[in-house]
Amino acid sequence: MQIDLFIPCFVDQMTPGVGLAVTRVLERLGHTVEFRPAQTCCGQPSFNSGYWDEARSVAIRALDVFEGAQAVVGPSGSCVAMMRVFYPQLLAGTPHETRALDLASKTFEFSEFLVEKLGVTDVGARFPHSVTYHDGCHGLRELRIQQAPRQLLRAVKDLELIECDEAESCCGFGGLFSVKFPMISTAMAEVKGGSLARTECEYIVSSDPTCQLQLDGWFSKKKMKPRTIHLAEVLAGGDA
Amino acid sequence: MSVKASSAKDVVLARVREALQVPAPPPHLKSHDLQEAAGISNARPAGAVGTFKPLSIAPLDVARPWLPEGGQTPEERMHILCDNLKRLKAEFHRACHLQAAAELIFSIARQRDWQRVAYHRHELVDPVASALHCATVCIGEPASFDKRALEQCDAGITACESLVAQTGSILVSSATCGGRSLSILPPVHIVIAHIDQIVATLEDALHDAKVRHAGRMPSMLSFITGPSRTGDIERILVLGAHGPKELIVVLVGESP
Amino acid sequence: MSVHDATTKAALPAEAKNQFLHDAAEHVRDIDHRSFVRKALGGYYVTRDSQKAKYRDWEHARDAAALAKWSAVNRLDELLPLFVTNFEAGGGIVHFARDAQEARTIIVDLVRASNAKAIIKSKCMTTEEIHLNDALEKEGYVVVESDLGEFIQQLRGEPPYHFVFPCMHVRRGEISDLFQKHLGTEPTQSPEELTMIARRYMRQLYVDADVGITGANFLVAETGQISITENEGNARLTAALPRVHIALSGIEKVVASLADLAVLLPMLATAGTGQPMTCYNTLYSGPQKNDEPDGPREMHLVLLDNARTAILADPEQRDSLHCIRCGACLNVCPIFKNVGGFTYGTTYQGPIGSVITPHLRGLSDWNHLSSASSLCGACTDACPVRIDIHHHLLHNRRNAVRASPKRLEHIGHQLFAFVAARPWLFAAGGKLFRWSLGFLKKIRPPLLRQWLETRDLPPAPPKSFRQLWKERS
Repeated sequence: MQIDLFIPCFVDQMTPGVGLAVTRVLERLGHTVEFRPAQTCCGQPSFNSGYWDEARSVAIRALDVFEGAQAVVGPSGSCVAMMRVFYPQLLAGTPHETRALDLASKTFEFSEFLVEKLGVTDVGARFPHSVTYHDGCHGLRELRIQQAPRQLLRAVKDLELIECDEAESCCGFGGLFSVKFPMISTAMAEVKGGSLARTECEYIVSSDPTCQLQLDGWFSKKKMKPRTIHLAEVLAGGDA
Repeated sequence: MSVKASSAKDVVLARVREALQVPAPPPHLKSHDLQEAAGISNARPAGAVGTFKPLSIAPLDVARPWLPEGGQTPEERMHILCDNLKRLKAEFHRACHLQAAAELIFSIARQRDWQRVAYHRHELVDPVASALHCATVCIGEPASFDKRALEQCDAGITACESLVAQTGSILVSSATCGGRSLSILPPVHIVIAHIDQIVATLEDALHDAKVRHAGRMPSMLSFITGPSRTGDIERILVLGAHGPKELIVVLVGESP
Repeated sequence: MSVHDATTKAALPAEAKNQFLHDAAEHVRDIDHRSFVRKALGGYYVTRDSQKAKYRDWEHARDAAALAKWSAVNRLDELLPLFVTNFEAGGGIVHFARDAQEARTIIVDLVRASNAKAIIKSKCMTTEEIHLNDALEKEGYVVVESDLGEFIQQLRGEPPYHFVFPCMHVRRGEISDLFQKHLGTEPTQSPEELTMIARRYMRQLYVDADVGITGANFLVAETGQISITENEGNARLTAALPRVHIALSGIEKVVASLADLAVLLPMLATAGTGQPMTCYNTLYSGPQKNDEPDGPREMHLVLLDNARTAILADPEQRDSLHCIRCGACLNVCPIFKNVGGFTYGTTYQGPIGSVITPHLRGLSDWNHLSSASSLCGACTDACPVRIDIHHHLLHNRRNAVRASPKRLEHIGHQLFAFVAARPWLFAAGGKLFRWSLGFLKKIRPPLLRQWLETRDLPPAPPKSFRQLWKERS
């Protein structure tokens, strides 16, 4: 299958390893992976701040960039939700509405693409560590992804998956919310980070690089041990 | 009604009509079948226009299969009701006939040394009240109601309109169960009911009440679901906030 | 809208926002308080989940509840007059109020006309919305809140902390002190004894009160009844013993038929408190009938607009009028749990409050509530009537920008869109950002500073993904 990578701006600039890991997993499964360098950002920062006109121009550009793609796969529940859920709302009633719905129908978050679209749960990975999974809110509630990443993790050799007691709680990132309301954002990180840390797992697995930024930033500041890792990096790791 | 108030009415109703000129999109439902059944479509996102069509299916018809169970047979209903009343911390008794119910209440009253018990005229209540050893106050007789006397009572005995298995609720009305205060003011509320009065669901109870009082609803209909309670202090459950601390239900009749 | 006159907190633009930021910062530092509230909600989660499990499918039941409210709100033009006609047939008197001021005037006049000496009140958030107690007290009337939580808040001189659990933030020791001070009772640490103190205190007041004031949870158009949901029995007593019963309700509470309550009453209880039904769900169709032994001689129902028709006129957010005030969205909201109820400065706290307050009190002063959300969506999932709560926060943000964009912010987003449209510029900008990040961390410009105060930032990688991809092929 021909797969187009959707590399969110944050991954492009700050965590390129995640993009490479996604590529590695998909190629290992025998698929052709493409990256269209014309892509930039999904427009979510402007959309969430209320600047819909600006977000709309970014969205229309993204429709052009991914024109003709068979499947668009991204390693972030949040950015995928922007394309799949919010583009059609943003472009409703415009000449671009149909194209937005079309792109929405073929855009997938990485874990759901593997499980729901490709029907794969065992990607042949080995990761000899205890992990807990952090649900990103956009993946969980906009895209309704909850089981796919867990199915994938359970199939990883030598991996132990332990659930935390605040699995469905937000880490407090929320984009610009994290710097406009830093005290609330940090309080939320305390709650979620505390719950994740109580599992005493070696790694916190996430499907959202910006949740990782928030949690790692807080753990590091608090000099706490756990570190996050992207699901793609777990699945790409140490072939069995 | 004053001139001013009626003009406010006209203004508000005009605002409502004006506001509804543009229809709202339907709620995001989980069930797609339901969307079709209800004659609505989620296809278009918010802001789409079109005229509002009333639902082609009643919400209750939609909900019925998914709400908590009320029981298919009298045995099931009895079982679910008992279970719910127990969870609600209501006291529950069976009596095979009215005489047994009267004896039961008599012994409770004697044991607790009740001085005065209120009741209302009803075929299920009269024999129980008349068997008591203590003073009784009959609500509605004479017609002038003395709330201070009722406040002094240790318990109130009433009939009910129905008992709802699904939720453990007891439906009382101001017309058939001694008015509004009898079931709420005394610290203990005793309900004497016949097993035939058990219905499966709230739907059944509401429907029966509507039929029973066709065209002339009692001024009050109340579902009582367990003894009065509050969780206002540290979310810790305490029974008997303002209404009865105890709810004693006596079901009269042979097993269904 | 005229509600402005009654709100004290947002007298000046930006004051409400500054108050919010200040109170939120204070509150998050109060670790004890936060964990106290969290613990209090812990029991709620357990009972709610076990009660939800009794539904054969909670999600389908939510569909039905959403449909019931959706179809009623969208037919309000037909159902509201129908309700009024049917209610008046039962002998009650309906008064319409365009705004808070008019509602206060109507109620004060009714109280005066009844020669009332004592007034007892059961819990009603709409009376909080119109600041009714202040108006009655200014006229010299003594109003006693009979709901235990509201009574405690009244003695404390505070508004409700949570619109369903008014005093969930107060510890039993504080309540004991409060009762000792105001009622002269002995100190106790027992919630049961404290409850009994209030019970004993209130009993004579019910008997002596001339006027009882309640709210309403539903207005049944088909039968002309109002439905009141409660647990303590105080609303039952308030509507049973005084000579005059006055109920206040928003116009949006109308439902089409009695059968709708077979869905909505249990779901309100399950979502709100985790109960199968609350203790008392009572339908009133008017004053005492001549063959009934007791009840009020007069019943008045005040139907309040107060900007509800403004929400109704916005099809996108009309569903926020579906709200049955169960409080489920507050109970799951990480913002509410971390900033507490008072920080909002509103009658209706939490996510639903953040959605509707800008409509009730003005978007420019209250949009910060919509911004103060990570948009996690837990509220929307919890809502028994499927209000699209967290998306409405986005809609409010958009409407606020449309109404008055902030100059600098606007330029920032225009610049962002400009860069995002040019991949070469985007790549160059990214490179510059990565290259200068170490330096930026040292000089700490605004926004980055807010981040770095409580969180670290990792060093930027030497190469972007697009560079690595290019090298790879």
